[in-house]
Amino acid sequence: MFQDILISGLVNSGVYALLALGFSLIFGVARIVNIAHTAFYMLAAYALYGLLVIAKVPFLLAIPLAVAAVVALSLVCYKLVIEPVRQHESAVLIATIALALIFQESLLVAFGGSFRGMPNAIEGVVSIIGVRVSYQRLIVLVVVALTLVATWYLLNRTRLGLAIRAAANDQEIANLMGINVGRVAMYTVGISVALAAIAGVVVAPVFVVDPLMWLAPLVTMLAIVVLGGLGSLKGSVIGAFIIGYVEAITVFAVPSGSYLKGAVALTIMIVVLLIRPEGLFGVVFEEER
Amino acid sequence: MSRKLLLPAVAAIGLVFSQAVWSQNIKFAILGPMAFVQGENHWAGAEMARDEINKAGGISVGGKKHMVEILKIDTNEIQSVPDATNAIERAITRDKADFLIGGFRSEAVLAMQEVAMDNKKLFLGVGAAASKLGINVEQNYERYKYWFRASPTKDVDLAKTLFAVMGSVAQQIRTDLKKEVPKVAIVAEKTAWTEGLIKAAQANLPKMKMEVVGLWQPSAVATDVTAELSAIKRAEADIVFTIISGPLGIVLGRQMGELQLPAVAWGINVEAQKDGFWQATAGKGNYVSTLDTYAEVESTPKTIPFVKAFKARFKKSPIYTAATYDAIFSLKQVIEQTGTIDAEKLIPAIEKMEYVGTGAIVTYDKRHDLNWAVGKTSGIAVEWQDGEKVPFWPPQTKGMKPFKLPKH
Repeated sequence: MFQDILISGLVNSGVYALLALGFSLIFGVARIVNIAHTAFYMLAAYALYGLLVIAKVPFLLAIPLAVAAVVALSLVCYKLVIEPVRQHESAVLIATIALALIFQESLLVAFGGSFRGMPNAIEGVVSIIGVRVSYQRLIVLVVVALTLVATWYLLNRTRLGLAIRAAANDQEIANLMGINVGRVAMYTVGISVALAAIAGVVVAPVFVVDPLMWLAPLVTMLAIVVLGGLGSLKGSVIGAFIIGYVEAITVFAVPSGSYLKGAVALTIMIVVLLIRPEGLFGVVFEEER
Repeated sequence: MSRKLLLPAVAAIGLVFSQAVWSQNIKFAILGPMAFVQGENHWAGAEMARDEINKAGGISVGGKKHMVEILKIDTNEIQSVPDATNAIERAITRDKADFLIGGFRSEAVLAMQEVAMDNKKLFLGVGAAASKLGINVEQNYERYKYWFRASPTKDVDLAKTLFAVMGSVAQQIRTDLKKEVPKVAIVAEKTAWTEGLIKAAQANLPKMKMEVVGLWQPSAVATDVTAELSAIKRAEADIVFTIISGPLGIVLGRQMGELQLPAVAWGINVEAQKDGFWQATAGKGNYVSTLDTYAEVESTPKTIPFVKAFKARFKKSPIYTAATYDAIFSLKQVIEQTGTIDAEKLIPAIEKMEYVGTGAIVTYDKRHDLNWAVGKTSGIAVEWQDGEKVPFWPPQTKGMKPFKLPKH
């Protein structure tokens, strides 16, 4: 049972980590609470479905095309919808909820409410420490690991990363130092949505694609970022692994209550918040940023 | 205007008005989640009924012919119960529907039932299985007598069918795999309609010489059940008994195939009833079997012609909510018999009616539920075999094919 928990938890945690990292990134840099974040994840899954199943584009070409299309759309949405109201946090919140619902309803009109699936990039299973794992799930793990490393590199070893971190620490000082904070925010939106889109395209062949698929991960993702500390990138990744493993343990420990895995994860979050209101790696006061 | 002109004008208007009344269409509100496959089938079945009836001259009410008009009422009930009650209210008050047909999600249909009863409108359910809908009729007949469950049978009767088929699947495992006591893992989504079936399975399967190795209840919208399937594999289950209406059915079928689980899935899996199941599981849903309503078998003399006509028109097979077709035709039968569309006069006639439909031979009990009988209202069982949905039960029905076990 231990091996099952180890493998199941690892795959789910990785996907959660990608989603939570992108969400935290844009909140940390631009203070944008992007409720549409998982809707972009859904759009990427549909884009892959459209390219792969309908347009018969090869897998290796379909994946970058789907991610690029969703990132481009997110930048258009940022310019047209979010940037004009960026200074008003509640307006941004409502605008992103509206965007998510528009995406959901548009997909419902375009594709109907049917659940859709697509073939794996590589078929077959492998046995790892006695647990059967499909190659597609291994691909998910590898892509998630590479993406997390690439994001770390971008943020810590490049000039853009330096600007992003500077803007995240203090926007006014970053502005005074000559950083175009508005442009950095836009780049961050692109990076953040790219992380969600990558999560969407790697899980699309494993999960089921439907116009409501953005809702369940949204709740989990919010729980993770609050648990890890709002805006903390390290906290998001660690929070993702905590929630992912709590879910896996719940399924194995209480089979007849496996539907409770989300509730158990949220309870853990509440307990942590009662002990540490700022989350595991969050900052206590806004002034400390 | 002079009186000489006024009188003929009033007479002419009266004549036009009375003709309009007599040539008024009979309006059937078709209620369903129209963006989803259940609603699409509600509507498709109703369209076929309308076209066939109108082509034959309409419905005769006391010697006068009336055309059938169907109203597409999107209840959006999968996403919102309040949307469903608003939709049925609109169908009754604004659209002036004469009859209400459809509904799918039990929670929403229970709420819509209240609105229909408030307005004393005949409501023929086509989709919801919760027993409570019929219990209401028994407990408060005067209020709920306007409700009839045209399809499917209530959840308790669905259980009877499930266990009847389960018995034959278990027997095949005993014979082919030499396992005297097959092991069963129950996988049920966590929703209201599954609770009675779970209790019934836990109580009855041991009596049928099967061992229940566990109950797994993922969320109805779970996108991943590999953890559950790993546990089921360790429990060495031979049968995965599914009670699933949502996307979980696809996820389960696909991941069972991916992980090469040496077990057969049998039960209710609404997604596996659809032609799109094979594509949705990326061709991995082999050996997934489910209760179903329609296939090209002689469930009734009308089944094969209906299924063929449906496929020819809509390029897909019907699912159970296409029984709106039967609901409209059964109402036609009683309207013509009684010569009225008055609900109060139609109810006693429907209670006594026997109607040979496309998926069932319909008679109602005191709860206005279908009387259950194998081969009459039990439905059929189908199994996915190499991309084909193959009907295999009840074996006495003409056109059934053998059930296959996965390779061990």
